[in-house]
Amino acid sequence: MQETITTTPQVTEETSSTAVNIRALIIGVFFGIVLVKGEVVSWYQIQAMFRFESFHMYGIIGSAVVVGAISLFILKRLNMHSIDGDDLVIKKKKLDKGTIIGGIIFGLGWAITGACPAPIYAQVGSGTWLAIVTLLSAWGGAYLYGALRPKLPV
Amino acid sequence: MIDAIMQPWPWWIVGPLLGLMVPLLLVFAGKNFGISGSFRDFAAICAPRTKISYLNYDWRKNAWKVFLAIGVVIGGFAGNYIFSYEPATFLPPIYFSIPGVIFLALGGLMVGFGTRYAGGCTSGHSIMGMASLQVPSMIATACFFIGGLIMTWVIMPLILPGG
Repeated sequence: MQETITTTPQVTEETSSTAVNIRALIIGVFFGIVLVKGEVVSWYQIQAMFRFESFHMYGIIGSAVVVGAISLFILKRLNMHSIDGDDLVIKKKKLDKGTIIGGIIFGLGWAITGACPAPIYAQVGSGTWLAIVTLLSAWGGAYLYGALRPKLPV
Repeated sequence: MIDAIMQPWPWWIVGPLLGLMVPLLLVFAGKNFGISGSFRDFAAICAPRTKISYLNYDWRKNAWKVFLAIGVVIGGFAGNYIFSYEPATFLPPIYFSIPGVIFLALGGLMVGFGTRYAGGCTSGHSIMGMASLQVPSMIATACFFIGGLIMTWVIMPLILPGG
């Protein structure tokens, strides 16, 4: 695997073919089922996490990171390519003021909504109609970020 | 066995399955696990004639996160209606009111804004970023928690009835 520089937020040269998009959709279905069955989408579980009343969410995030890390190690060891024959590339995350300020703002919101981005979609799918409010305002938040971006500390 | 599937799943099943999102997307889609970028795509979809440069791009060229998100919606349905005896409730009754909706909308706004400003969320930073041992993602995750703790311990007790 190669480490590459982050794509700039402005222009992305990345593309995804229809085949990739369909596979992403199928993987998303799996993702959504796991999130709902794991109660990751539950405001109550997120509150229990922030109140330190339950190990559940910590166990989930912790074991997810461990399995993710082990899988990356194995993929590297096996010199795996994607099924389309491409090298596997891990994009480099950058650290800037947005990481910190944006991170804290997201965290504030996460405690309110009981859902981080993927669970918002899963909540909508699960019949939690109120989550449509969450989803639309999240899109609004991205819009707001775009609008304010030239003025934000970097 | 069926019963175990239809009940809520334990963390030691859920976590590892979520961890598999990393290799699944890398191998089958050639992509790094993450989803908050979909907010940018949907905002761009909703504002096609915008002059905001951040949203002025052809989302169709790299639309996989939109498809991932649609999949998650479908999976959310399947999880709650097919793989559960009874659909679960995920939001507290207090949000089903005018002030509740406003509060929820503010929360959503912060999730959308904050994840974009941070360049990722719990999927992209906490799972993908930390699995690839990237320090910025560890810092991002710490900041996610700081925000959540402030809201839960300081702000919510002040504004939510019952403390």
